[in-house]
Amino acid sequence: MLEIRNLHARIVDDGTEIIRGLNLTVKTGEVAAIMGPNGSGKSTLSYILAGREDYEVTEGDILYNGQSILEMDPAERATSGIFLAFQYPMEIPGVATMEFLKVAMNEQRKARGEEPLKIPEFLKRVKEAAASLSMDMAMLKRPLNVGFSGGEKKRAEILQMKLLEPKLCVLDETDSGLDIDALKIVSDGVNALRAPDRAFLVITHYQRLLEHIVPDTVHVLYKGQVIKSGDKSLALDLEANGYAGVIGEAA
Amino acid sequence: MNMHTQPQRTPAETALIDAFGDRLSLLPGDGAVMLKRDDAIETIKHGLPTRRVESWHYTDLRRLLNAVPDFDPAAMAKAIAPIVDGSAVVSILNGKSDAKVPVLEGVSFQRLSEKLIDGSIAPGLDPYGSDDAIGALNTAFVADGYFVDIADGVELEKPVELQNLQAGGQTHVRLAVRVGAGAKSVIVERQTGDGAALGSSVSHLVLGEGAEVTWLIVQEQPETATHLAQFKAHIGKNAKLTVFFMNAGGKLVRQEIVVKTTGEGADFKLRGINLLAGDTHTDVTMVLDHAVPHTTSTEVIRNVVTGKARGVFQGRINVHQYAQKTNAKMACNTLLLSDDGEFSTKPELEIFADDVVCGHGATVTEIDHDHLFYLMARGVDEKSARGLLVKAFVAEVIEELDDETIVEALEARLDDWFMAHG
Repeated sequence: MLEIRNLHARIVDDGTEIIRGLNLTVKTGEVAAIMGPNGSGKSTLSYILAGREDYEVTEGDILYNGQSILEMDPAERATSGIFLAFQYPMEIPGVATMEFLKVAMNEQRKARGEEPLKIPEFLKRVKEAAASLSMDMAMLKRPLNVGFSGGEKKRAEILQMKLLEPKLCVLDETDSGLDIDALKIVSDGVNALRAPDRAFLVITHYQRLLEHIVPDTVHVLYKGQVIKSGDKSLALDLEANGYAGVIGEAA
Repeated sequence: MNMHTQPQRTPAETALIDAFGDRLSLLPGDGAVMLKRDDAIETIKHGLPTRRVESWHYTDLRRLLNAVPDFDPAAMAKAIAPIVDGSAVVSILNGKSDAKVPVLEGVSFQRLSEKLIDGSIAPGLDPYGSDDAIGALNTAFVADGYFVDIADGVELEKPVELQNLQAGGQTHVRLAVRVGAGAKSVIVERQTGDGAALGSSVSHLVLGEGAEVTWLIVQEQPETATHLAQFKAHIGKNAKLTVFFMNAGGKLVRQEIVVKTTGEGADFKLRGINLLAGDTHTDVTMVLDHAVPHTTSTEVIRNVVTGKARGVFQGRINVHQYAQKTNAKMACNTLLLSDDGEFSTKPELEIFADDVVCGHGATVTEIDHDHLFYLMARGVDEKSARGLLVKAFVAEVIEELDDETIVEALEARLDDWFMAHG
């Protein structure tokens, strides 16, 4: 489903190279965890997948279902099924959350040649999704993410993921800022979406999240490269011994 | 020796002075009113204000008003649907009050021409200062409008919508409204039409003790019209006035807002949005006097500028010497969407009291790229995402109005503008 080949990317503003020859393959239906110390390029990778303009790909390619996505803008990537759950979801004053959900769902439907959702059907889907994440509908009447706590923002991201039904879900440090209860709710939300036709890229700093969302593969990112890949036992190994050992091996 | 040399008149000045001579016999008014008219045309004869007049610095009326259309008695305008269903509607059709007037308990509607003929409106025709060109133009030519009286204690459930609809030529109208003590109402001042007109419109509101009024100015003139408007109000003891304006049209627009707090406990809120497109010029100038102690005000203005549009906001707050414990805050934020657009903001605080809280702030920004990325990352295409963000920027001010039917009505006007200019 996703194939990243020898990817090099830098920050447009100052030319700093962050991704330095990254290779990664994620199969359809697979849950792949990306782990790594701070500054290894984890969040940058998620932004590049979503198409943020602050980064420039200088070499290599990203293939999604066999097609390069480098020329696609963020909206085209999203409508093709790529979803990024942000580490720090943005607060957007003045944009009502419900209105935004409706626009986003219908824009994606339009791009797939489907009719816009009728209001009752839209409301039904939002209510069901909100209930499954223990979210209060009153929250959705507020402007998008404005005044949401850290945990509420993360739940709102998963809510959007549920409603938009993407094929490739990129979760950027979804566990950060969550207490144990919220972590459980969010993880259950993600697990409920696991499906044979859907892949996940779970970016995290800690093994904690992977106890709840059990990955098929684990990849260690360091200095913009995948330096080691393995199964879920690799995450446990990292938890026990830290990154130093793996980094030392690779050096 | 002090030689006063008269600069050569512009074609617009000449046209106005000639039109006054031609119209004089048709203008209603008793002796007192006609004297006011004479004084007013003298002001015009001294010349329209230029950028050297401080309050007109960003809107050089003498230079910008380059054509004055003739009066067009044949031009017809028709009443339109109010922005809020069920409103009591009175219309001025191309300068003349409509024969149809609603029946509403506790509210009387009188044609302004009658108040001009009997002279009872004469004291209200004085300009408020030597630079009051709009007041002078209006006083010289005003022929009709409405006087609306809302009796003490009357609480209106539905808005009263006062429509000033132009169809071309010149129109000069006046809306005088008295809201009695303890009365509550929403008043919509609708300024629109479809001609290449020159119009002046003066609204004068007097609030009784404890009255609460929300006054909405919805200006949607065509991009061929010159619209010179003034809103004046005195806010009495414990009275509350919210003025919301939306400028979404016009070629040359000046909207003056002149407000004075005259009783302790008076509260004034100004909220406004300027939606500026094309090759147009829009100026909102506020003069607010905190004249007594313990009065409050806040002003929030949001502007969206596209194309070659130019916008101006001048906000002057005078805190008089005895007006202790005044609390006044003003903010003007602009979203600049094109390289050729411009917006000038001039906040002025003149404070003679020593125990007050006053502040102001102004920002000019472009669309936030992080916000744009977030919306696009959810599949919203760039054009729609920009539209959402621009609308959000101004909708925030509308949503503050609380009353859901009014918010919806104004957002519908907003959508219309975005459909035409998005």
